[in-house]
Amino acid sequence: MTKKQKKALWRLCAALAAFIFACLLNLFHVENLVVLAAFLLAYVLAGGDVVYKAVRNILHGQVFDENFLMSLATIGAFFVGEYPEGVAVMLFYQVGELFQSYAVGKSRKSITSLMQIRPDSANLLKDGTVTEVDPELVSVDDIIVVKPGERIPLDGIITEGSSSLDTAALTGESMPREVTAGDDAISGCINLQGTLHIRVTKEFGESTVSRILDMVENASSQKAKAENFITKFARYYTPIVVILAVLLAVIPPLALHEPFSDWIYRALNFLVVSCPCALVISIPLGFFGGIGGAAKQGILMKGSNYLEALAKVDTFVFDKTGTLTKGNFKVTKTAAINCSKEELLFLTAHAEADSSHPIALSVIEAYESSSGKKLSSEGTVSDVKEIAGFGVKALVSGKELLVGNARLLEQNGISFSAADFTGTVVYTAINGIFAGWIGIEDELKPDAKATIKELSAVGIRNTVMLTGDKKETGEKIASELGLREVHAELLPADKVEWLEKLLAAKTGGKNLAFVGDGINDAPVLARADVGIAMGGLGSDAAIEAADIVIMTDEPSKLPAAIRIAKRTLTIVQQNVIFAIGIKILVLILSALGLSTMWWAVFADVGVCVLAILNSMRALK
Amino acid sequence: MKKIFILEDLDCAHCAGKIEADVKESAGVLSASLNFMAQKLVVDVEDSAVDSIEETVRKIVKKHEPDVTVTAK
Repeated sequence: MTKKQKKALWRLCAALAAFIFACLLNLFHVENLVVLAAFLLAYVLAGGDVVYKAVRNILHGQVFDENFLMSLATIGAFFVGEYPEGVAVMLFYQVGELFQSYAVGKSRKSITSLMQIRPDSANLLKDGTVTEVDPELVSVDDIIVVKPGERIPLDGIITEGSSSLDTAALTGESMPREVTAGDDAISGCINLQGTLHIRVTKEFGESTVSRILDMVENASSQKAKAENFITKFARYYTPIVVILAVLLAVIPPLALHEPFSDWIYRALNFLVVSCPCALVISIPLGFFGGIGGAAKQGILMKGSNYLEALAKVDTFVFDKTGTLTKGNFKVTKTAAINCSKEELLFLTAHAEADSSHPIALSVIEAYESSSGKKLSSEGTVSDVKEIAGFGVKALVSGKELLVGNARLLEQNGISFSAADFTGTVVYTAINGIFAGWIGIEDELKPDAKATIKELSAVGIRNTVMLTGDKKETGEKIASELGLREVHAELLPADKVEWLEKLLAAKTGGKNLAFVGDGINDAPVLARADVGIAMGGLGSDAAIEAADIVIMTDEPSKLPAAIRIAKRTLTIVQQNVIFAIGIKILVLILSALGLSTMWWAVFADVGVCVLAILNSMRALK
Repeated sequence: MKKIFILEDLDCAHCAGKIEADVKESAGVLSASLNFMAQKLVVDVEDSAVDSIEETVRKIVKKHEPDVTVTAK
């Protein structure tokens, strides 16, 4: 509780005591004037500041604000002789306001604490001495020292030391990431164990931590439709109810020849209900909670409008490489024809020992992991000759090797049987005789299949994959994952064209989301109703182009994001219906003379507090 | 040019809406967005209004919510 709130609490306690005292006086039939004085004292303690604010705001040209409405309603109650009610309603209103202010502060804190990742300082290493400086003053290629327990202030590459990093603040991932010299260090992560020396690669403003903070802090500049609706609604709601109140106070008593005081009391109820607070607060709070809850899981949304749009998505379009697959190649099949598998792998890997091609690297990795030995070309490999576009020729352990694609063997007049394999194939010939082939595929992400299944469980009707890869590869992956549609062999421009077609085909106010890794697909990300970039850590393009950024590279965050979006929207709708419903109900009951001012004040602050509590569910 | 203001102690969501609407209509303001939860007002102003915007915002906030402290960021 803040100082201001504590002060208000004490004042309200005093007001409550004075109120009880006045009620006792009333009970024992003390002289009327004394009772009135006691109630007035309680009233001033409870709501003096409200009346003061009302007067001050009127002088500023602000009528119809809640201070004015509450003052008018409660002072009106005094005039029609309802002293206890006038005080009690003001007291109840103030308690509600206090609680509301407390709850708003609390939810603000719990959400902003998620984002406490801004580093205050960096330890700059210069000429052998370490000095603490502002991270903004560190430049590229400087060396910084990060001790255990500290947050990495700037992006860089580790030059010394090894440790594990806690990335939870960025990714929601609780498993620490093991790093050692040569690895990237991402700012915002916490160094858990050893001291690290990091060579800075990006200035503070460009570093991951600044970019994420920028994005989250500016999230709310894009408001959801529901948010704009409610501010507009409130602008008309209050004056209309006030006008109704005036009519209610004047017309029925004149028309029905009934006493004014009865109808004025009903009109005063209207004034209390006319406060728009509960309506207006419940919506941004709900969205804020949803965005905060998503951030906690490493899903960053650039605005509440995207959260709203995501809840209405029924078509998901995926990029393949880096989104559904890992984007790193792996040997999945080894077919030896005239030798053993081990021999084939040994010879092929050694022939490619000097190559840095991703395909060669995957063969080498397969050899090393199956044999448990580190590959060394010394002594065994000689006369290596790269044949660009075809493969490599080399002498390994005295054997003449040809390693490459089918055309390499054809060119050398070696007869072979074509491999029955959809990925990339490396053929090997030993001493001019075909010896077998090795099949290499991009690996699916472990959670990709479950993600597609889960997406249909959360209401996604259509799943589409757009890929630049070969048709067979694309179709194989699509059927493995259970995707509905696949379009392969696409250039980046074709992807945009396909997206346009899919956008034109959607129906019924539903949205289309595109999920990519931000590489080469920025135009598609921008064109989709909701652009989602995966693996946001370290990719500038993705963070720029997307509406939603998933910090890890797990597709399983997608159904999670949809669940959060839907849940948040439900909560917001509940709040709106609940708040408007109760208010209208109390208005009708008041007009019929069936409601008291107690109910009216509940319809204002009570509903407001309930809406706040409901909104906090969105944060979970 | 974008200017950012922090509105400390902003407790009333309805007033926030009114402040935002008033700032939007001020001279030289291209767009304005007030985030009630973050207590943050982002104003996009024409170059001619850069110097006067802080005063304008202070006045508008004072009119609606005198208890709020405005700080330029």
